Amino acid sequence: MKTIRIITPTGHLGTTPLEKASFERGCAASPDFIVADSGSADIGPYPLGADKAASDEVWQRHDIEAMLLAARRLRIPLIIGSASDTGTDRGVNQYLRLVREIAGEHAFEPFRLAAIYSEIAVDEVRRRLKDGATIRGLNGRPDCDGSVLDRTDRVVAVMGAQPIRDALAAGADVIVAGRSSDCAIFAAPLLEAGHTLADAFFCGKAMECASFCGEPFMGKETILGRVDGTGVYLTAMHPAQRCTPASVASHAMYERLNPFREYVPGGYLDMTNCRYEQVDDKTTRVTGQTFVSSPTAWIKLEGSGKVAERALFIVGIRDPYTIANLDRAIGWAKGKLTERFGPIGAGYDVFYHVYGRDAVMGAMEPTPARAPLEVGIVVEVVCEDAARAASICHIAGKNLFYARLPDVKGTAGTAAIMSDEVLHARPAYEWTLNHALEVADERELFRTRFETVGR
Amino acid sequence: MKLVDLASTIRSKNAGVDHITFDIICRDRKNFERVRDSGVLDPAAVARLFDVDVSRVSDFVVFEPANAIKFTIRRARPSGSMGESDLFGSQQYAPLFDVEIP
Repeated sequence: MKTIRIITPTGHLGTTPLEKASFERGCAASPDFIVADSGSADIGPYPLGADKAASDEVWQRHDIEAMLLAARRLRIPLIIGSASDTGTDRGVNQYLRLVREIAGEHAFEPFRLAAIYSEIAVDEVRRRLKDGATIRGLNGRPDCDGSVLDRTDRVVAVMGAQPIRDALAAGADVIVAGRSSDCAIFAAPLLEAGHTLADAFFCGKAMECASFCGEPFMGKETILGRVDGTGVYLTAMHPAQRCTPASVASHAMYERLNPFREYVPGGYLDMTNCRYEQVDDKTTRVTGQTFVSSPTAWIKLEGSGKVAERALFIVGIRDPYTIANLDRAIGWAKGKLTERFGPIGAGYDVFYHVYGRDAVMGAMEPTPARAPLEVGIVVEVVCEDAARAASICHIAGKNLFYARLPDVKGTAGTAAIMSDEVLHARPAYEWTLNHALEVADERELFRTRFETVGR
Repeated sequence: MKLVDLASTIRSKNAGVDHITFDIICRDRKNFERVRDSGVLDPAAVARLFDVDVSRVSDFVVFEPANAIKFTIRRARPSGSMGESDLFGSQQYAPLFDVEIP
């Protein structure tokens, strides 16, 4: 089996720029592929639902340019997954444009660029549901029905390794993929080289966040993964970072429900019996992983839909008496809203985020409140109509200034207004789909298009 | 001793859009075994600590390779929903610091 070396310089291409020094070290380590994931569901439902990037194009371009220059110089393929945060068609098209622009600026020789689209129309999902497909709820969610789709604006399917393998087999030099399983974009070239599903997906699982699998903690530094049939070898490229059994094992459990299993289209990676060994100062070898294939193919769907418009207002409170009676003050302010706009929850909603008390943890906050010196309150109002949201929000905030508490001494204003203005926030969206759709072939929701780029 | 003095990492983070997962990682085996064998941390204990119904503790795992204990709590609402204040779930771990480990 051919030894394959993969480098990855960033765990989320475009959020903040990759670090070039360790990337150059990686490029000098004879890599066969450069791979980077550019998406995440961590950014919340807004970017997918509204179809907007969460990252700044300046850094997206910076990272793509660095990787593309290296890939063309070394004559090795470049694979980018989950283009532009969401992996929607907008994201794929944006990255195709960046690749073309950068290729033009540097007058690259012609190369094959593959685009793999993964967005599906809500109506297509609806059609499959009508035709009897099961769209299974993940992580305890109920299965999808028509009402869930009614609340959904945009859907992406999360591809596994197969569409990327197909593009590589067809001669792609650069692949811009829509929403993809993070570990599948690494697994695809390893599987094409004949490596096992277990090693391929473990390598991807370990590398998907780049230097997060090393220690000490550093982001945006390059990691080298090597798979040769005797295990998965992970090496930190930053001079001060190492991949150790502890750092690689810790990363195996990062951001997941369960540290032993990673589900991908076609089955799951089982890490229960992984053995982690330090083989040189900067490298850890992992063996013992297995892959359990599933008899049917399931593709994960992510969907987001708009809930309402949103407005914010910021106030601060320093008066210890008002702070001690804050719930009463907020209760009074809410009562005034009900009087003027009808019951909260009927056509609008209001949230008082009390920073300094329990804004961060809310109902999960176990520590009994200690009287803070001051509190900052972000008043959030959501309502279908933006102008009405702003109007309600202004009153919701200003009413803390006029809060009627029986023994208040500061009768000239019970709150500090930072700036007497309503801040227009972007609309509230919600994750409507976190589901899996059964498919006959794990390729069927994805569309690949090739073009030749370069002079 | 408090958990914060025995663990090198105590963190929380989204695990998908519906859950927040908590990792308690001990630097050395001795501290890890002390935490593990104390019996202080289990699904019921973390449910009590965060004042959630134990049915919302979806996973609780002792992860030996990383000298770690890991558990996952289902969110009341998906991340980023209106009224939400910790999009990444990254600041929910602090109450674990003061857990007494005999």
